[in-house]
Amino acid sequence: MRDVAVVGFAQSQSKRREVNLNDTEIVIPVIHELKKGKNLKNEDMDFVCSGSSDYLAGAPFAFVMGLDAVGAWPPVCESHVEMDGAWALYEAWAKIQMGYAEVALVYGFGKPSMGDLPLTMALQLDPYTQTPLWPDAISMAALQARICLEAGVLTDRDMAECASRDRRNAKDNPYAQVKGDFSIEQILADPYLVNPLRKHDCSPISDGASAVLLVAGDRAKDYCDRPAWIKGIEHICEPLDLNVRDLTRSRSTEIAAEKAGVGNAKVDVAELASPFSHQEVLLERALGLGADTNVNPSGGAMAGNPMMAVGLSRIGEAARRIWDGSAGRAVAHATSGPCLQQNLVCVLEGN
Amino acid sequence: MSDEAKDDVVKVIRTPVQLDYNYSAGRSASRFLRSIKEGKLIGQRCPVDGRVYFPSRGSCPQHGVPIEGEPVELVDRGTLVTFSIVRIPAESVPLEIPFVTIQVLLDGADTILMHLLGNCDLEKVHMGMRLKARWKPKEEWEESVANIIYFEPLDEPDADYDSYKEHI
Amino acid sequence: MNPTEESLSAPHVLDYTYKRSLGPILSQFFTGLRDKKLLGVKRKDGSVLFPPKEYDPDTSESIDEMVPVQDVGAVKSWAWVAQPRKQQPLDKPFAYALIQLDGADTTLLHVVDGGSEAGMKTGMRVKARWADETIGSIKDIACFEPA
Ligand SMILES: [Zn+2]
Repeated sequence: MRDVAVVGFAQSQSKRREVNLNDTEIVIPVIHELKKGKNLKNEDMDFVCSGSSDYLAGAPFAFVMGLDAVGAWPPVCESHVEMDGAWALYEAWAKIQMGYAEVALVYGFGKPSMGDLPLTMALQLDPYTQTPLWPDAISMAALQARICLEAGVLTDRDMAECASRDRRNAKDNPYAQVKGDFSIEQILADPYLVNPLRKHDCSPISDGASAVLLVAGDRAKDYCDRPAWIKGIEHICEPLDLNVRDLTRSRSTEIAAEKAGVGNAKVDVAELASPFSHQEVLLERALGLGADTNVNPSGGAMAGNPMMAVGLSRIGEAARRIWDGSAGRAVAHATSGPCLQQNLVCVLEGN
Repeated sequence: MSDEAKDDVVKVIRTPVQLDYNYSAGRSASRFLRSIKEGKLIGQRCPVDGRVYFPSRGSCPQHGVPIEGEPVELVDRGTLVTFSIVRIPAESVPLEIPFVTIQVLLDGADTILMHLLGNCDLEKVHMGMRLKARWKPKEEWEESVANIIYFEPLDEPDADYDSYKEHI
Repeated sequence: MNPTEESLSAPHVLDYTYKRSLGPILSQFFTGLRDKKLLGVKRKDGSVLFPPKEYDPDTSESIDEMVPVQDVGAVKSWAWVAQPRKQQPLDKPFAYALIQLDGADTTLLHVVDGGSEAGMKTGMRVKARWADETIGSIKDIACFEPA
């Protein structure tokens, strides 16, 4: 395995609706900030990889415009995944492992406010028997939450604790969208949005973008005094259909965590891209996180959820805490598909 | 099972997708569209090499740098770079077939615009010919490039090939 | 330009008229729906997947033994939709539900016309209400209703 490190990160402010900019214009200043901060020229980059979804813009090949933010002349070696930018990072990491690149720019972006995001998410379901019924993403999550609650694997207090902690942590995050002090009692007194989910149990809908710089080997030190080395990275997928999965745990996260080596040493910081509070409870268990881990110091996805960038941002936020020395070992998580269908786990270390 | 019954199975289903969006043009395109409503053609200059992009866009796709400077106002005349004669009607085109689609390089711009050619015999269409915009009546102007109905020939000598060859 | 000036925006409808080919298993499933019959598929361990799949999700073995399931069953989970969107199956409040039909070992994702949220309960028995016209679609079952 080649040593690969996360050495740079930039993100936009998560906003419920970005009124001034289109999706490409959201990503332009983010990439510019990263390049400028690292004194990075296009000729320094061997590979560029992005994550976005054309369905958020409602336009085929909308992702191509994202390249305007990078600058693609002379032509660049480039790829795109119709997934969160965390999977674009995985592709870039694999490209570096194969020896095809040393320096890779990864970005993710989305402007879901142009459409009805929970409904758009029905397009990721089985197109024969499920999408024609248009189950929105919140209803799908509520089906899972009820199963967990009624099976007794978690309580609404567990869920409220996650929501409360994340929004409190987010007070220190200038990029977060939903932040503040919300007591568990306060949250539990709220009415249901989609029973058994309350508004506080849901991540916000956010427009936004983020970008990460990956560098291999000794060159990482040219870009960062204390690079965040990727010690393990894995993504595992479960079947699409809820009816053949155990929805009371996240099996794919458990397997990814084991393969990435999460449990090999103490985890100082974990950044989770959990779209719903009950899923965050399941993720913490699947990752084996205990009281000695600072979970979601940024607030996680529950505080800002820029679609297609939120997972990549978790890797960036985790890396940031390695760079500043506040963490020696950090775990980042990204998810895709209905009810935690697919999960990516990345372990970062300072040494 | 009889052959008739065998043919009577469902082999294909319809699964239409219809979703509503509120599409957002963004800062640069909004500036361009608001200007064209006033009859002005707005481009933007790349801060690295000074190339003028028309219509304006948020960044230079070549250098990957944001374009934030003052807009550049262009004239509504230019040079025909290339063309195609279309014999299939198109819903979005207000002209009878056959009509001519063109790429026009406006004077002062460094990128080409796709538009239509009108008021010109088909046999006379050629690369390098000088063109001028034919606008809709002012009271019909809106935030759309369709404010220009088409480009039409200008009574001027053809442009020098070197002046537009890099856009072919 | 005033940098805080809002972007122009315009309504845009994404409209795809997809048609999808069915393999042998789903073809039987959708033909069954058109004929108001519910067909699952039997796995090697004897359990029944409904809706059917071409492959066993655990072992990836090919499976093709179609077996009927009942049009009544039990709600295993549900989510109440107070304000249905126009794309969704019912134009009054309803529940999305995971329903295990009698004779099936897995649940079907569908909708329940439960009247009100208070009328919904995990474990409740429901029965399929067929659409007036059945064409070979998951919506040939208009919804489920309390049995
Ligand atoms: Zn440029």
